[in-house]
Amino acid sequence: MKTAAKIYTALIFLFLYAPIIVMVLFSFNASNSTGIFTGFSFKWYVELFKNSHAFEALKNTLLLAVCSSVIATLIGTSAAVGIHSMKNRYLKRSIMSATNIPIMNPDIVTGISMMLLFVFVGLLFHYDDKLSFWTVLIAHITFNLPYVILSVLPKFKQMDKHLPEAALDLGCTPLQAFFKIELPEIAPGILTGLIMAFTLSLDDFIISYFTTGSGFQTLPIFIFSMTKKRVTPDIYALSTLIFICILVLLILYNFSSSKQKNENKNKRRD
Amino acid sequence: MKKERPVNTIPLIKRMAVAPHIVWAILFIIAPLLFTAYFAFTDKSGNFTLSNIRGLANDNYIKIFSRSVILALIATVVCLIIAYPISYVISKYKGNKQKVMIMLIMLPMWTNLLIRTYSWMAILEDTGFLNTILGYVGIGPLHMINTEQAVIFGMIYNFLPYMILPIYSVMSKLDKSLTEVAADLGCNNFKIMTKITLPLTKSGIVSGITMVFVPSISTFYISQKLGGGNFDLIGDTIERQFQVANNYNLGASISLVLMIIILISMAVMNHFADSDEGGMVV
Repeated sequence: MKTAAKIYTALIFLFLYAPIIVMVLFSFNASNSTGIFTGFSFKWYVELFKNSHAFEALKNTLLLAVCSSVIATLIGTSAAVGIHSMKNRYLKRSIMSATNIPIMNPDIVTGISMMLLFVFVGLLFHYDDKLSFWTVLIAHITFNLPYVILSVLPKFKQMDKHLPEAALDLGCTPLQAFFKIELPEIAPGILTGLIMAFTLSLDDFIISYFTTGSGFQTLPIFIFSMTKKRVTPDIYALSTLIFICILVLLILYNFSSSKQKNENKNKRRD
Repeated sequence: MKKERPVNTIPLIKRMAVAPHIVWAILFIIAPLLFTAYFAFTDKSGNFTLSNIRGLANDNYIKIFSRSVILALIATVVCLIIAYPISYVISKYKGNKQKVMIMLIMLPMWTNLLIRTYSWMAILEDTGFLNTILGYVGIGPLHMINTEQAVIFGMIYNFLPYMILPIYSVMSKLDKSLTEVAADLGCNNFKIMTKITLPLTKSGIVSGITMVFVPSISTFYISQKLGGGNFDLIGDTIERQFQVANNYNLGASISLVLMIIILISMAVMNHFADSDEGGMVV
């Protein structure tokens, strides 16, 4: 039974990683084939560093992810504060259901509905360049917001209600009580929301595809236009580099968190 | 003497903190949906019409809609069948190993979906990687790409983690003493599974099904790359109206139908999920 479980797990991981293994392997291919491996070379990495479009797209993607996740975290956190302190149940519930719409709706519907809004408003004001960086930014903030709110709200519920009350009794102003007591309590939720928003924004293709104009290309959109033609392995090279970056970050994160845990354990023993 | 502070008053600034979000939600969540409905029921010059919706009642669109539902259903069911055992196996590992394995499940999702799908295309092609390897052992070449099965395969591959993660997260919180008690009271493994583990992990299954079904039924990239454009799905027709044909009114009405199909599917699923629960209480 145990070996069966192990074989099954191995098969699942093989399935999940097969395209990534192929991607890494063929990024080192000497020819431009993505089917037959003809020899090892760094040719495509050299090509990649000559490809200014890819780097422009990467820069755009990072800029968009930073801006949208920070703004979504600001609006979302303050929204969570407001929703938490809200008394009217009916209002609370309707705000939450509106917030959840972008999660429940398929991305393509979110994308085209925002596109329709932008196009309509653009027509109204006779504005030619209807879709641009700003429209993608608005779209990304919109689909990031619910994830931020949903990761901050539970932290309020976990918090001891009497903590801010105690702070007020001890002479804090409400604002002091919020920044000194409540904010540190919900900080992990805010951080989770920020990271989630950042990765969602980095990875998004469908919503950007419908809300961006010709002037602003993110990496996924750049890859999409590449895959319409035959892909050359330099895109594999780029994806391999990104994959390795994320892998290293994850390992570092895991390493530091497990080290911290061990230190805490040792402290407790002392 | 300290000023008396009324209990339970919440400062105005805190109550107003939600205001930016409400404005944002009205402008960019509610309004776009209203615009979708508006475009679906108007023609190019903005006059009210039902012809967009009525136009969808022909054989061609009905075929596309039913194909999308069927392929998404198959992908969802297969995902569930694959994901449930692996979630169970992972939840049995020790703490640290469990964390690493979940990380490993999530890691491929950070590589762009387009690249992974394209990579599968390179593997499954007639002259692709898999056929090259099969050729060495004397099998094939097999025709795998540009089939309906390849589209389903792509959906399963891309959305499997969305099924594993919610099921795992419920399963890892499952109280282990429950299964021990059941074993002590003479339940065999099969009975433990059907009477304890399955009912208690139902919330994970339900959210997993939603998280796989919705992107599967609305995808367009997977069907274009792995289906070779031979198997149009709802997503493909919507994408074409907005990016190629520039018929926003027709595109909006197809999107509206897609939303309705999803709502109905969710309602059906919730109905079954709830009625099961009712049976359990009895």
